[in-house]
Amino acid sequence: MTASVELRGVSMDFDKYRAVDNVDVKINPGEFFSFLGPSGCGKTTILRMVSGFIEPTKGDVLIGDQNMKGIGPNKRPTAMIFQNLALFPLMTVWENIAFGLEVRGVDKATRRAKAEELLDLVELPGVADRYASQLSGGQRQRVAIARALAVEPEVMLLDEPLSALDLKLRQHMRAELRAIQKRTNVTFIYITHDQGEALAMSDRVAVMSRGEIQQIDVPQNIYNTPANGFVASFVGENNKFVGQLTSAKKYKTDVGEFAVTLGQGVTKNSKTRLYVRPEHVALVAKPKAGTNAIPAHVEDVSFEGNFATIHLRDKTGRRLTAELRNDPTHPPPAIGSATHVTFNPEKALVLLDSDATAYAEKE
Amino acid sequence: MAALIRRYGIGLTGIIIALTVFWLLVLVILPYFDLFESSFRPYLPAVDVGGPLDVYSLANYLTIFEHPSDFNLNFFGFTFPISIAIHLWVFILTILFSVLTTVTSLLLCYPLAYYMAKVISPKRLSTFMLLLVVPMWVSELLRAFAWFILLAFKGPLTVTLQNLGIITDPIHWTWGLGGFSGVVVTLVYVYILFMLFPIYNSMTSLDSNQIEAAEDLGAKSWQTHWRVVVPHCKPGIASGSVTVFMLAVGSLLVPTLLSSPSSRWFTEVIYSRMFDENDWNGGAAYAFILLFICTIFVSLMMRLFKVGLADIAK
Repeated sequence: MTASVELRGVSMDFDKYRAVDNVDVKINPGEFFSFLGPSGCGKTTILRMVSGFIEPTKGDVLIGDQNMKGIGPNKRPTAMIFQNLALFPLMTVWENIAFGLEVRGVDKATRRAKAEELLDLVELPGVADRYASQLSGGQRQRVAIARALAVEPEVMLLDEPLSALDLKLRQHMRAELRAIQKRTNVTFIYITHDQGEALAMSDRVAVMSRGEIQQIDVPQNIYNTPANGFVASFVGENNKFVGQLTSAKKYKTDVGEFAVTLGQGVTKNSKTRLYVRPEHVALVAKPKAGTNAIPAHVEDVSFEGNFATIHLRDKTGRRLTAELRNDPTHPPPAIGSATHVTFNPEKALVLLDSDATAYAEKE
Repeated sequence: MAALIRRYGIGLTGIIIALTVFWLLVLVILPYFDLFESSFRPYLPAVDVGGPLDVYSLANYLTIFEHPSDFNLNFFGFTFPISIAIHLWVFILTILFSVLTTVTSLLLCYPLAYYMAKVISPKRLSTFMLLLVVPMWVSELLRAFAWFILLAFKGPLTVTLQNLGIITDPIHWTWGLGGFSGVVVTLVYVYILFMLFPIYNSMTSLDSNQIEAAEDLGAKSWQTHWRVVVPHCKPGIASGSVTVFMLAVGSLLVPTLLSSPSSRWFTEVIYSRMFDENDWNGGAAYAFILLFICTIFVSLMMRLFKVGLADIAK
């Protein structure tokens, strides 16, 4: 059982504050879809509107093509996994999992059997009669997943459920969640501020800022062809340059003019910035004439095994970063040495400054 | 002990301990013990005290089973005549109507506490709290008197309803429930906050996500309350119930003031034995009956609802 979820022109106002602003998105059945954004961007509000805890001020929420207006959370085919999991502390693990069945009047033997079955599904057998407080963080996580799956939802809503776990467990649970999603083919809507999580797990990602969706795309495109400056800076690292488009493919900054690629909607008069990712930068002592090159000196090198991060400064004092793959035959330049930061025109993106960019920088 | 001395010095520690011992011994244990001891001795003229007639016995306690009298029990229009010792009957009615007081307070307080803890905005909560607490600044006596006036035979309630044309003849408001309606209503009013605040406290400690999770999993409102909210609040409910029950059972003022011709509270019996008959021994015996039976009753109830003493102390 799986269903699509669609938001049509959805806005949500709290008093005078607009948390979600005119959002349109269609999530396909069986898709793993993430809303990614900084705290306060409205992603949790979207989740709560889909689950039915709040009704949008404007617009419609559709689940499986059915308008959800006026339908309470207990009647929607959704199940939510809360950030703090919200397991019932006074019930045993199996009672927790079977709660959704209990309130539907399913008899005890069937409930128990279903709970055991789900505990097997989330690879947590033999804890049915324990209490949540007796389990570890990762185990509790699995119980919460099982509890949500027990009601056979068509849509599963996850509100940063991994944020309380330590790094190692978090990475493990990512794969786990993804596997469970594939196994059950339930539509997953996942809320996170962790870009790695969103990119690694999702079929598609919506990047949000200030209540608006900045970009909806597959993870690769979010990273490689961000729609605007906000997406580029929120997802991954960048070397940023303020400047002006001089001709079709030329961008003039305070450290020179570069051949560039234009992002969505960029015209000559638009307010833009140039973005170059650290891993797309090469360090060359004597660059060929006519290539994109910025003279800089190496300030610091941090070697991280498979790659090294080089911190540089150009003549204006701007900090630049390069990420070089580890190659014993080509060691990174020494600290203090002079070099050039070079990059290909197709990896140099000129992107629109959105309102969100300014907002993100203030943060 | 050693830690106390290290922290406060020998002088201050000595004073603290001495005061605690004084409080426990002189203000609690000795008076109760004196009353307890005298409850087993007969009420005698002063010259016979300490004489051959002054022996220990359970006579004072057993008088509760004396003087059988005829009563009519009314249940839904049926009348059952019973014959039972008059003091025992008063005792049973006292327990019964104290239970009714407790249950009524609980039914009123649970939704109110839920509203205060989970629904109302924090800004409005403080106003709400003030409105609830301000009446408590008035003494119990005045609050009981207010209801005495309100429910009087030709009092404000009657007059208002008459002027509105709802009733024509005045009503004895305190004569309902077998003569205990005025007592129960006023007891509920006087002690309701002792029920409200423990429940409210336990409810504020409930994570709102739990309520949402239950709802999200398909629970109807009553199912969420029954399976999630009430179990969480059980200690608060128990604590409030015990307090209100004990206060109601032990109340003397309200049953005296709001009485009807057919109402009698067990505390009134104790009072009249002590002060009208001057029989302190007999009064003490009845007081201990009340204390023991109520303690047993409360323990049984706590056992029944699976609440521990430690939960209540939380």
